[in-house]
This record gives sequence, C-alpha cells and structure tokens, in this order.
Amino acid sequence: MLPNRSENADAIATTSSRRAIMDRLESSLVDGPELPVVDPKQLTEFEDPLEHFASMLRMVGGQVHLIDGPEEAVAILEAIPVFAAAKRVASLVPEITQGNVDISMIDDPHSLATLDWTIAQGEFCVAENGAIWIDGNTLPHRVMLFIPQYLAIVVSRSQIVHHMHQAYARVGKPPHTFGIFVSGPSKTADIEQSLVLGAHGCRALQVFMTA
Amino acid sequence: MKLPIVDHPTAAHDYIADDERSQWHDKALWFIRSKRDKQAHDVPEWEYLRTVASQIKTHTIANLGRYLAEFEKNATALGAIVHWAADGDEHNAIVLGILRRHETHRIVKSKSMLTEECGLNHYLENNGIDVVDTDLGERIVQLREETPSHIVLPAIHIKKEEVGETFHEHLGTDKGASDPQYLTEAARGHLRGKFLSGEVGITGVNFAIAETGGFVVCTNEGNADLGVSLPPVHIACMGIEKLVPRFEDLAVFTRLLARSATGQPITSYTSHFHGPRDQNSELHIVLVDNGRSRLRESKAFRDALHCIRCGACMNTCPVYRRSGGHSYQATVPGPIGSILSPIRDAKNYKSLPFACSLCGSCTDVCPVKIPLHHQLLAWRKELVGKRLVSFGKRLSMKGASVLFCYPILFATAGKIGRTGLKWAPRWMTHNRFNKWTIARELPEPPAESFRAWYHRNRKG
Ligand code: SF4
Repeated sequence: MLPNRSENADAIATTSSRRAIMDRLESSLVDGPELPVVDPKQLTEFEDPLEHFASMLRMVGGQVHLIDGPEEAVAILEAIPVFAAAKRVASLVPEITQGNVDISMIDDPHSLATLDWTIAQGEFCVAENGAIWIDGNTLPHRVMLFIPQYLAIVVSRSQIVHHMHQAYARVGKPPHTFGIFVSGPSKTADIEQSLVLGAHGCRALQVFMTA
Repeated sequence: MKLPIVDHPTAAHDYIADDERSQWHDKALWFIRSKRDKQAHDVPEWEYLRTVASQIKTHTIANLGRYLAEFEKNATALGAIVHWAADGDEHNAIVLGILRRHETHRIVKSKSMLTEECGLNHYLENNGIDVVDTDLGERIVQLREETPSHIVLPAIHIKKEEVGETFHEHLGTDKGASDPQYLTEAARGHLRGKFLSGEVGITGVNFAIAETGGFVVCTNEGNADLGVSLPPVHIACMGIEKLVPRFEDLAVFTRLLARSATGQPITSYTSHFHGPRDQNSELHIVLVDNGRSRLRESKAFRDALHCIRCGACMNTCPVYRRSGGHSYQATVPGPIGSILSPIRDAKNYKSLPFACSLCGSCTDVCPVKIPLHHQLLAWRKELVGKRLVSFGKRLSMKGASVLFCYPILFATAGKIGRTGLKWAPRWMTHNRFNKWTIARELPEPPAESFRAWYHRNRKG
C-alpha cells in the first residue's frame, strides 16, 4: 500500500518537527574529521580461511559439512532424525532436495508456521566470524529463514572472504529489500547467562559447503 | 510528570544489602566482560577498528543534518515512509497513528532502547494496544512488570528460580521449574503464538545507512526478523545518532558490536532492511531527536552520541556490577547512562556522575572510544558549578581547597588528624552523620608525616 491521503496528512503534521531538528543541526556548526578510509594493510587475513570459518561456526553452535556433491548432503540430512521425521520441508536448493512444500503456491507467510525445515542458498562465507550472507531475493518469503524449526544453508566453499570489510565490498549494493548475515542457530542467554539454542528461530543450523 | 530525584546511594542500598545477590550479579557481568576481552584480543586490529569507528562517528555527528537528509531521500526512494519526532511524545503519537490507521490491536516488538526511552509500551497500553516484547529477557521483565536493568541483557538481575515463578504464573510452566532450557522452550511456544497473531512489527535500529537508505538490526534470538516477516507493517524506531554514512562502514561496527556486547564474533542474525517487503507491505522509519540535537551542541558531552549501546561499559563497571542496573533509575544505566541521564535532567540525576570511582575501565572497553570517565568528571565540575551538589559536599571541597593552598594550615591539620584519630572515640567518626564510614574503617594513623620523615632522612 503506497502512501495514501492519510499518510500525507501525517507527513504534513510532522514537517514542523523535521524543520526544527534540521534547523538545530544546521545552525550549529561542528568540526569533525574527514570520513576515514579503512586501510586493508591493517586487517588480518587467515592462512586457511575455510578452516577458520568452520571453527568459528562450530563455536557459535552451527554444524559444518564439507561435501563434494549433492548426494552427500542428502545422505547426511537423512541420517538426522529430526530431518527424517520432518513433515514439511521447503527447499530453495533443488539439487539437494525438492522438499514437499511448494513455496510458489504460498501467498500468506503465516501458512509457513508449521514448517519443519528450510534448505536455503548462501552466497558466501565470512572467515572471521562464521557468518553466511543470504540475499533476500533468493527467498520467496523472508520468514522461511526464521520460522522453520531447523535450517540448512548450502554455500560454495570457494566463496569465502576473510573479514567483514571484504564482505560488504563483496555485497556491493545492498539487495532490495532484504539481506542477512546468519551465524549459527537462534540462541539466547537471557536466563542467568545459560546459553540455550533455539530461542525463536531455528534450533540448529546445518551448513553444507560444496566444492 | 514530576520525577523523583534519583539518589544513587539510596537506590543501590537494598541491592548491596543482599550481599549474595550483589556478588552473583557481579560475577555474571564479569563473565561477559572476560568473554569480551577474549574476542577483542583475537582481533589484532582491534585498536585500529576503535579508532576508525570513533572517527566515523565524530564525522557523522558533525555532518548529521546532511546525512539525515540523504538517508531520508534514499529511504523514501526505496518506498519507506520516514517520520520525524522532536521528542518521545511525538514519537509515541506517530507510532499510535500508524497503528490506528491499520486498526491494529496487537503488536510484536523486538528490543529497542529508544522505545524504552520514549515510554512507548505504557503509552500504547494506555491506548488499548496489546504490546508483546519478544526478546526473551524483555518478555521476562515485561511479565514481571519491571524495567530492563541492562541495555543488552534486560533480565540480568533476575535469577532463574524467579523466572521460573514468573513463567509458572503467566505461561503455566511446572511449579518450581528453573531449568533455562525448559523455560526458554516454554517462552518459545508462548511467543510463537504472539508472532503469528501480531499485526504490526516494531523494531529498533542498530545502524542506519545514509548512502543506501536502509538499516541494520542485530539479534541473537531472531525475534526481530520473525516479528517483521509475518505482518505487512514494519515500524523501525531510531535515534537520529544511529546513522553511518556508507554501506562499508557497517563492517567496522558489526565487527565491534557483538564482540563488545556479549563476546560473540557477530550476532546470530544481522539483518539489512532496504524498503518495504513487497507491494502489500509498509515500512515506516521514525527518526527521533529527543534531546540529541541539543546534546550535539555541547562540546563537553557531544561524544556521548557515538554510543552504539553495546553495554560493555556496564559489564566492566565496578559500581554497576555491584549495585545493579535499577539503582540508576534510568533507561540507560551504567557509565554511559550516568552521562546521558543528567543531560536530560541535571537536577534529578545529579547523583549519577558521582556513582563512579573514576577507575577508567569503561573508557578502555568502549568500542567507539567515548572518554567516559573524563565525561563523568566533567559532569561533576558542572554540577558543582550549578550548585547541584549538596551543601555539605561543597563546603568540605571548599575547605580542602583552602587547606591545600596554605602549607602551614595543611601541616597543622595533618598533625591534628594524626593525634586526633589515635584518641578519638569511635562514635565521633562512626555516626549517622558520616555516610563515608557506613561500610568502611578509617586507616591507622601513621606515626609521623611524610614531611617529618623527609626532614629526618633526606635533609640531615
Ligand atoms: S558508551 Fe561505549 S561501551 Fe558503553 S554502551 Fe555505549 S558504546 Fe558501549
């Protein structure tokens, strides 16, 4: 729904605050340094970025599988009891599985509430922190990443950067309308600092790194 | 609304009186501080990143008007609707306006210190809206009708047995159950229902990007994402200081934030929002000033606007760790809160800059290099200048300054002190007029002064 008449009325109502804030900011000149440019020479790179990525991801509760072909991923998944028992699986990586939920038929994201698994496609990995970048445009529904009980991400192990500076350079222009770094399953430590996996989002994260 | 004057020593009294709890709290926070240290040490360029972060923030705040205009233009071009609020009341009214237009009664909210600062929850509840905080810690606090005691760990002051009681009462968990895994699972089930019935999702903003018109939200639980990917309306509320100029600047801040906050290399979810989800959705961004543009005009305290709300200064602060977040009686507690709160209201929060030992630990850990303890000291000077410090304290400071100006007076006073202390009965020092001795003993008076010692040993 694009701004309708009532939105415009709202915009007018807040214009005076906009002007007041801007006036205040513009009427007092404050000196500041130039915008710094990060010097790549200062940044640490890893001898074995893949190994570092895998160890970081394990540390934050993710499970990493290096695989040569899709059939290996299928075998690993089927050996996981909660996958074998899953009733509703949505897959965005048909080479691995077709899943049994036809996402293209779904209009309302609420109807994904009972989703057990999503198999998603990752674009690249970040060695320093075990994060994987997912482009929102690969997701017919954004909620597919957050609502299933379990999540698997498939990503090529040749697609890896050392740190976040390279990661943002690699993304380049941010995707319209959503993009996300995922690092490990959903977690919380809000009850006496005890780490519990599976707060609201996925309870576990499987990462398949293809050749 | 007339607020009561916050007297930190009085407010902290009960917390410290429970020695066991105070120590438990202290340990929990020190644990997080140690995790942070490990993460920081694992990044060789840590100090470099802090310097760059500080420069980016200083630059952005100096040019804030320009960057806000750029952000507004780009966000609007992406289809978002940008609102401007001069203060908390206006922010609340804008949010309620959007909810009314959608005839909404149920909203799901993820953590936002800004909405906390504006008192949004109460305002909406008073207007008949059912507000559900979805961050587990915030939900616990909300069910207990308390306020967060920490900006990153809202329920850090609550024990698992107490969470168990609260959940037994509200969510029907087993009586006496206190296993975090079990309790979290119960909350997961309870909140799933809320997510599915939420009609509007509200989030805070960790960073907004002028160059792209988008913003970033960081969570571990995934609650912000779940909350805004189901309903068609997303309202993001942010203070105007949350901007960074370029997309690439996010690299610096995402590297610093989670490491400083909880000692994790990055949060589980770092979500980048650029425009509404689809043609049937709306994205509203509420830009809130609420004193920030005024703070920008203060040379002494301007740097406090650089804060990325990581909480590291609280975790490390010896006063915060022992006295608990509620003793500050402010939305943001700890060192940064003790700077920000008196800016809002010097009279009510005048005791906070004194709840500090000037140890400087906060300044050492702050990822954006805010000179926290220098600012706290600067506040003390301001408060003394404004005569907001008690007469007794001002008088004794005056006295000390006279004493230090006249060597003869100083020597005599020293002599009186040494002899007096030796013979004075205990009631003369330990009485209800001397707060300093409530939990302290006076030192043994030395046999001679340094001056006498020097004369004997060096001058002979
Ligand atoms: S002042 Fe610094 S250390 Fe404290 S919360 Fe803000 S950014 Fe973190």
